[in-house]
Amino acid sequence: MKASGKVIKYGNNVDTDVIIPARYLNTSDPAELASHCMEDIDSEFVKKVNKGDIIVALNNFGCGSSREHAPIAIKASGISCVIASTFARIFYRNAVNIGLPILECEQAAKEIEDGDQVIVDFDSGIIINETKNKQYTAQPFPPFMQEIMKSEGLIGYIKKNMK
Amino acid sequence: MKMTMTQKILAKHANLEYVEPGQLIMADLDMVLGNDITTPVAVNEFRKIGLDKVFDKDKIAIVPDHFCPNKDIKSAEQVKFIREFAKGMSVSNFFEVGQMGIEHALLPEKGLVTAGDVVIGADSHTCTYGALGAFSTGVGSTDMASGMATGKAWFKIPEAIKFTLINKLSKNISGKDLILHIIGMIGVDGALYKSMEFVGEGVKTLTIDDRFTIANMAIEAGAKNGIFPVDDITLEYIKEHSTKPYEVFEADEDAIYSEEIVIDLSKIEMTVSFPHLPDNTRTIDEVGDIKIDQVVIGSCTNGRIQDMREAASVFKGHKVHPEVRCIIFPATQKIWKQAMNEGLFDIFIDAGAAISTPTCGPCLGGHMGVLAKGERAVSTTNRNFVGRMGHPESEVYLSSPIVAAASAILGKIGSPDEL
Repeated sequence: MKASGKVIKYGNNVDTDVIIPARYLNTSDPAELASHCMEDIDSEFVKKVNKGDIIVALNNFGCGSSREHAPIAIKASGISCVIASTFARIFYRNAVNIGLPILECEQAAKEIEDGDQVIVDFDSGIIINETKNKQYTAQPFPPFMQEIMKSEGLIGYIKKNMK
Repeated sequence: MKMTMTQKILAKHANLEYVEPGQLIMADLDMVLGNDITTPVAVNEFRKIGLDKVFDKDKIAIVPDHFCPNKDIKSAEQVKFIREFAKGMSVSNFFEVGQMGIEHALLPEKGLVTAGDVVIGADSHTCTYGALGAFSTGVGSTDMASGMATGKAWFKIPEAIKFTLINKLSKNISGKDLILHIIGMIGVDGALYKSMEFVGEGVKTLTIDDRFTIANMAIEAGAKNGIFPVDDITLEYIKEHSTKPYEVFEADEDAIYSEEIVIDLSKIEMTVSFPHLPDNTRTIDEVGDIKIDQVVIGSCTNGRIQDMREAASVFKGHKVHPEVRCIIFPATQKIWKQAMNEGLFDIFIDAGAAISTPTCGPCLGGHMGVLAKGERAVSTTNRNFVGRMGHPESEVYLSSPIVAAASAILGKIGSPDEL
């Protein structure tokens, strides 16, 4: 599985309240959530995001609330992958559970800049920055989580294992 | 092989003799929790599995508390959806308005969580129950769905940071000041993926409500859970509230911690978190002249009876500043009645504060106290992110109920010493 797209870059501690403000949590419709994605940190995000784009951020991405609406909004915006130095743990779980690809790679997170063109190979964990001609290797997922991702999330995994 | 308290609870629930940090396990769940925001997503995921019943109707709790009493039509539809699910699945612990309270104050009060339990909740502040010696942690809606279906959840065994507390807190200093101080010290990702285990002689000097507040905010340091040892104070609370069987786990004396931090409680001062992160802390003497528009006292962090009493002790004989709105939210119906019977409401109302039915509303900018552009609030809640309580250009300052009450009277952030 591969992703390829233009990078939208953020800093440290991007919290779930700026990813999807609570005032929009009276719905769980992915398209409606996506229409307000990143609104309080980047009011241009919804206008500039293209299908396949990649979010790159620094430490503790997704900190705060447990709202799964945050990775759902990002996924429904067309984002193909989030790369960060570290993720907050509930966001990490939620992203794995709903099948939003995420990668932890500190060097890539630091060096990749807004607007760079990046290719990610999820099987090998290799991240290629085409704009800067640089390559990084992210921490691979443990096999158990790879299974969840391959089943397109935890629900698919449970269904498979209940049969 | 030696284990921390968290590791022991998880090992027992995974039917293993020993677990080590980094190990992935499947653990049996004693309680699965959701609220009106996270449960609708969980119900949709649960339906995809195709089951017609939940794993145990008595081990699921659904608490519509965030946008409740329903703030608008969409919120009402969400609650109706989960109410029908709870009814259809015969979920025994669905709490309607009138019974409802803020989930993390309500579940311990109703005796639904106890020492030695493993609890997941689709709400990040589920870590609150560590105060009772339980392993409890926040998850998302899909984990909630999976938990409702299978009674199990996957966990990566965390490392732990050991906080050894010595001496005792000074007058007017509470558990809130302590946890804000700790978050300021280690940062909002200082305990990322880890447990925070609180031990030492100082623990005995902390009330159960202080411990709830401290465990509640472990997530604000990025932690998986915060946990306290079980002592006489815990057992007194548990015996008063719960008939569930409980189990006391103790960390091995030579358990391995990733870090050990000693905290002298007598040195903790009144502490305020400035916008826009909980780790942006200042002691009260470093605050400066910050004029405020609103004060909120309540939430899963500070809506318990001790918080109400402490706020009332400051308000007694004083008035809320004419340019400040002060709103007080007792966290459950029981706390509400207790505060009323103790005469605290007379003090609040005479001071010019409003008292609300239990709701999470203002904490996350939902309803019942949303901030306008440029407004500033002092709040006893847990997060001060951009836009947390309303307009993206509003500001939230986190504090204890004592500092919040004093600030409401002063019209600026301050302490009772200035009154």
